[in-house]
Amino acid sequence: MKLSKRIFAGLATASLAVTVTACGGSDSSGNFDDTVTVGILHSLSGTMAISESTLVDTEKMAIEEINAAGGVTVDGKSYKIEYIVEDGASDWPTFAEKSKKLIDQDGVPVVFGGWTSASRKAMLPVYESKDAFLYYPIQYEAQECSNNIFYTGATPNQQSEPATDFMYKRSPAAGGDFFLVGSDYVFPRTSNTITKAQVKQLGGKVVGEDYLPLGNTEVAPIISKIKVALPDGGIIVNTLNGDQNVAFFKQIQDAGITPSNGYYVMNYSIAEEEISTIGPEFLEGHYGAWNYMMSIDTPASKKFAKSFKKRWGSDRVVADPQESAYNMVYLWKQAVEDAGTFDDNAVREALVGQTFDAPQGPVEVMANHHLSQTVRIGEINAEGGFTILEETGVVEPQAWNQKHPSSKGYACDWTDPKKGEKYRM
Amino acid sequence: MQLLLESLFNGVAIGSVLLVAALGLAIVFGLMGVINLAHGELMMLGAYSTYIIQLIFKQVSFLKPFYDSYVIVAIGIAFLVSGTVGIFLERTVIRRLYGSPLETLLATWGVSLILQQFVRSVPLAYASGLVVALFFGLLSPLFISDDLLSGPKGKLIRACTWGFSALLGVATGGILSSLVSKLSRASARNVDVTAPSWMRGGIDFVGITFPKTRLLIILITVISVLVVIFFLDKTAWGMRIRAVTQNRPMSDCLGISTETVDIITFGIGSGLAGVAGVAVSLLGSVGPNVGGNYIVGCFMVVVLGGVGNLLGTILASFSIGIMTDLIGAGRLLTIWPDMPSPLASIIDFFATTSMARVMIFALIVIFLQFRPTGMFPQKGRMVES
Amino acid sequence: MSIFSTKKSWIHLTLWVLIIALIIAAPTLLPVFRLNLLGRYLSLAIVALGVDLIWGFTGMLSLGQGIFFALGGYCAAMFLQLNSSGEFPNGIPEFFGLYGVEKLPFFWEPFKSSIFTLISIWLLPAIIAGLLGYLVFRNRIKGVYFSILTQAALLVFFNFFNGQQKLINGTNGLKTDVTQLFGQMVGSEIMQRWFFWISAVLVILAWFFAKWIVRDRFGNILIGIRDDEARVRFTGYNPVIFKTIIFSIAGGLAGISGALYTVQSGIVSPQFMTVPFSIEMVVWVAVGGRGTLLGAILGAVFINYAKSLVSEALPASWMFIQGGLFILVVTALPEGVLGWIRKGGLKKLLFLIGINKKLETYPSLEINEQGEVKS
Repeated sequence: MKLSKRIFAGLATASLAVTVTACGGSDSSGNFDDTVTVGILHSLSGTMAISESTLVDTEKMAIEEINAAGGVTVDGKSYKIEYIVEDGASDWPTFAEKSKKLIDQDGVPVVFGGWTSASRKAMLPVYESKDAFLYYPIQYEAQECSNNIFYTGATPNQQSEPATDFMYKRSPAAGGDFFLVGSDYVFPRTSNTITKAQVKQLGGKVVGEDYLPLGNTEVAPIISKIKVALPDGGIIVNTLNGDQNVAFFKQIQDAGITPSNGYYVMNYSIAEEEISTIGPEFLEGHYGAWNYMMSIDTPASKKFAKSFKKRWGSDRVVADPQESAYNMVYLWKQAVEDAGTFDDNAVREALVGQTFDAPQGPVEVMANHHLSQTVRIGEINAEGGFTILEETGVVEPQAWNQKHPSSKGYACDWTDPKKGEKYRM
Repeated sequence: MQLLLESLFNGVAIGSVLLVAALGLAIVFGLMGVINLAHGELMMLGAYSTYIIQLIFKQVSFLKPFYDSYVIVAIGIAFLVSGTVGIFLERTVIRRLYGSPLETLLATWGVSLILQQFVRSVPLAYASGLVVALFFGLLSPLFISDDLLSGPKGKLIRACTWGFSALLGVATGGILSSLVSKLSRASARNVDVTAPSWMRGGIDFVGITFPKTRLLIILITVISVLVVIFFLDKTAWGMRIRAVTQNRPMSDCLGISTETVDIITFGIGSGLAGVAGVAVSLLGSVGPNVGGNYIVGCFMVVVLGGVGNLLGTILASFSIGIMTDLIGAGRLLTIWPDMPSPLASIIDFFATTSMARVMIFALIVIFLQFRPTGMFPQKGRMVES
Repeated sequence: MSIFSTKKSWIHLTLWVLIIALIIAAPTLLPVFRLNLLGRYLSLAIVALGVDLIWGFTGMLSLGQGIFFALGGYCAAMFLQLNSSGEFPNGIPEFFGLYGVEKLPFFWEPFKSSIFTLISIWLLPAIIAGLLGYLVFRNRIKGVYFSILTQAALLVFFNFFNGQQKLINGTNGLKTDVTQLFGQMVGSEIMQRWFFWISAVLVILAWFFAKWIVRDRFGNILIGIRDDEARVRFTGYNPVIFKTIIFSIAGGLAGISGALYTVQSGIVSPQFMTVPFSIEMVVWVAVGGRGTLLGAILGAVFINYAKSLVSEALPASWMFIQGGLFILVVTALPEGVLGWIRKGGLKKLLFLIGINKKLETYPSLEINEQGEVKS
C-alpha cells in the first residue's frame, strides 16, 4: 500500500508539473483584472509537426501582442490571455482526445487548432456533441459548415477555382490538358473533384490523376503517368502534402518536367515556408495561389512579417496558414469584446460580421462561419517568394461548393435558424 | 521497345533504392539473424549526414570550390556515422540479445523511437558532436596496445580515451554550431539536400529522359553490392564472417574472435544503411521519419529473396521495383490496350500508387505461401532452428 | 511455473481488490474526461490480453493486431453511422456524398442490423485472423518471419483502408460521437459512462475467458508450442490447429477491444492500423509481463495513462521514455514487471536498497524449485 501511495503522489506531482509548464507560457507584465485560458491544439510531434509548429508560434505571437496591448476587455474588466498547448501528435484520434481534454478538463472557452482535414473531421463531432468552439486556420476543401467551427482559411472558390481559371486562360500553358496530383486524403480528393468539374465547364480536359499515400515518397510511377498523359507539356495541379512535395519537385525536374519544357505546376499547398525547404531552384517558374503572400507590399503585411521574424528569428518566414492563424486570434478577441462575455453562443453570434484589417487586407466573417478574403496568384521566383501576378477583389466564401456535384445550389447560413448548415438557395 | 526500356529503367531505379536500403539489412538479418528495426533510423542518420556535409561545404571557404563533389564525401561520412552508431548499438543493446530475435526486434524498435526523437530535440551540431565522440571512443582501443588496456591501469586508460573523445565531440559540436547557424538550433522541420548542379536534370537517350540522380543511385547501389560481395568472398574478414554464420561454436574453437566478427558485421550493415540514407536524401526531403518509410519494404525484400542470400535480395528488390512501376503506373494497360474488360477494370483499380502497394504486398504474401523461405532458401540444417 | 499455480498469491489478491475498487470508485472520483480515458484504456486491455495469449503463451509475436482491432472498430462505427443517417441525402452516411457515392456499397447492408453487428464485431476479425493464421502456420512460417508477415499484412490493410475513400471514407475514418444509440447521442456523458462500465465488465470477462483457455491441457499445448514446436508435433499434436485457434481468438478479442475503443474515442480510422500502434500493443504486454494475463491488463492501462499524462506535460519526451522503456524491459526485465515481482523482484530490490538484508544471507536456501522466494 505504501508503494501505491507513492505512485499516486508521483502522479499528482506529474499532473502539477503539467499545469505549471502548460500555463507558464506567457509573460506576466501589465495589470490585468483576471485571466482567461484558451486552448491551442496542433501537432508538435510526428509528421505534421513540421507545418503545425509554425501555427503554434504565430498564435502565441498574436496572444502576446494582444496581452501587450492590454488584453481582452470584457464587461469593463481586462483579461490576460493564457494558453494551454496540446499535442495532436499527427494522429487524428489524438486530436479528438485532446479536444475533449481541453473542453472537459481545462474548460477553455475556445480552441485554436488543426491543420489536416482529417484532424478537423476527427475533432468536429467532439465540438458538436459538447457544443464547444474550434477555430480552424487552414485553406481546405469546404463541403462542411459546422455551427461549432469557425474557418479562417480559404474555401475552394477562394483558392483553387480562381487558380484553375488562371491556368486555363492566362498562364503560358493556357488551353493545355490537366493532370492532377495529390496526397491520398480528403482535401486533394475533394479539391480535384471540383477542379475536374471546373475544367469540364471551361472546355478543357483532365487527362489523369493520381494520389500518393501519406508518408510515401516514391513518386516514380506518378512521373511515368504524367509523361504518358502529357507528352508535350501541360498543366499539373498539385495538392501533395508537406515533404512529399520535396520528392515530387526534385524528381520531376530530373525527368524533364519543367516550365522550359512546357509543364507548369499550380500548387495549393506550397507557401513561402515550403519553398524555403524545397529550394527555390526546383520551384522557379511554377505557380501558387493564396490569400496571403509574404511579398504583399502593404504596411500591415510588412509589420506582420517583421514582428514574426523579431519574435522567432530572422530566418523565419510567414505564409498564408500563419496569417489565417493570426487573424483568427484577433477575430476571437474582437468577438468576445463585442459579446461582452466568453460564453460560446454569444461569441458565436457576435463573430459574424466582424471585420479585421488583416495582413492580406480587410477580411470579414460571413454568416457561414468562413471569411471573405482576397485571392492572389503568384509565380515562384528565384528568391523563394511569390511574384504576384493577379489579385482578385474580396471573394465571398462558399462553404458548399457550387461546382461540386453533391453541393451545387446549396449554401450555409448560421444567422438564420431556418437556413442553418445546408439549405437550398 | 521504347516503352519496355523506359519501364525497365523505372523498375530498376525504384528497385535500386530498395536494394541499397535492404543491403545492410540483408547482412545484419541474413548473416547475424538480428532483426534491426532501427535500420531505417540508421538510414536517416546517413541522410542527415549528407545534409550537414552539404552545409559545411557551403559555409567553409576553403571547401567551397569543391562543393560539387560533396555527395561523394557524404557517402564516406554517412557510412562512418551510421556504422559508429550501429556499433555502439551492438555493444550496448543487441549484444545482450543474440539468439532471441523477437526481443531484439522490440529493443531496436525502442532505439528507433529514441533516434527519431533525438534528431528532433537535439541541435544537429551537438548530435554530430556526440557521434564524433562515439567514433573516437570506440576506435581508440584499436590504437592502444592490449597490454596497456588489460593491465591494472586499463580502466583508467579507457576512461581517459573516452574523456578525450568526449572533448573532441564537444569541440566538434561547438565549431559546427558557430560555423553553421542552422545547425545550432533543434528543429522538427524536415531539411533538404540539394543535389549539386551536375547531378540535376536528365540525360536524353533514344527518346527517353534518364534522370541523373536516379543514375547516380543505381551507380551507388551497384558499387555497394560489388564491394560487399568482394568483401565477403575475397577478404579474410569476409571469410571469418561467413564461417561464424555457418557455425559459430566451431569458428570460436578455431580461434576466430566471434565478438569482433559480430562488431564488424553489424558495423558494415549499419554503415550500408548510412549509404542508403545518402541515396534517399537525393530523392526527397530529410526528416526524422525518412527511414521509417522504407523499413517494412526492406524486410519484405530480404524475406522474399531468401534470408542470407545476396543474390536473392538483389533479384527480389528489382522484381518489386519493376512490379511497382508496372502496376502503379498502369503500364499493363498501355502494353496491352485491348485486354478483356473485367481484367482491365481490376488492373485499373490497382493502378494508383496506394493500391499498387496493396497489390504488391499481397502478392509477396501469396508468393511466400508457396515458397515460405523466399526465392533462394538457405540450405542446411540450421534453417529449422 | 508460477503462472499456473492455482493458489492465488497475496499480490494477486491485492491487485484484484485494488482494480475492482478503482473501477467502482472511478466514475465518482474522476472527471468526465479522465473517466473516458480510463474506459478507453480498459478496452485496450482486451486487445492486450489477446496479444498475451498468442505471444506470451504461444510464442507468436504478431505485429498486425491493429488489423483486427480496426475491423471491430469499423463494424461498430458503421452500424452507428447507418442508424443515424436518416436525415442525410439517400439515407446513407454523410461522407459518401463527398465522393459522389449514392448507393450504399453492398457489404455494408447487413450492418444495419444490430444483432449482425454485435456478432460481426468479434466474429469477422476472428475469421480473418483464422484464415490469415491458417495460411501462414500451414507453411510452418514462424518466429521472426511470422512477425514480418503480420506486419506486411498490416500494411496491406492500412493502405487499402487509407486509399478507399468511396467505400470507407479513407484517411478520415468513421466518427461516432454525434451518432445516436437508444435515442442518446453516443458522445454524451451518459452513454460514455455506460461504455466505461461495459469496458470494465468485458475486461474482467475477457480475463476469465483467457484464464479458462490456458487453464489445462489446451494451455499446456500452447506453451509447448512456444517452447518447442517440433516436439509438440512429434508427440502427435498438430500445432497448426492450435495456433490457428488461438490466433483467431486473439483476433476476436482485438475486434471487441477496437469496437469499445472506437465508441469511446469517437473515431475509427486507418491510423489504428499503423505500424507503431500494433507494436505498442506488444509493449504493453512486455512491460506488464508476458504470459501473466493480469500483466497485460495492467500494462495496457498504466502505460497509456502515463502516455497521456507525459504527452500533456512534455510532448517531445514521450518518445524517449517509450523507447527507453522498450530497451529497459527487454534487456533488464524480460519477464515484465509482474513476472519480475512474481519471481521475488521486490524483495531483491529491497535487499539492494539495504532493507531485508537478513533474508538474502543464504539465497539458495530461500528459493524453492519454482524460483519463488519463500516468505
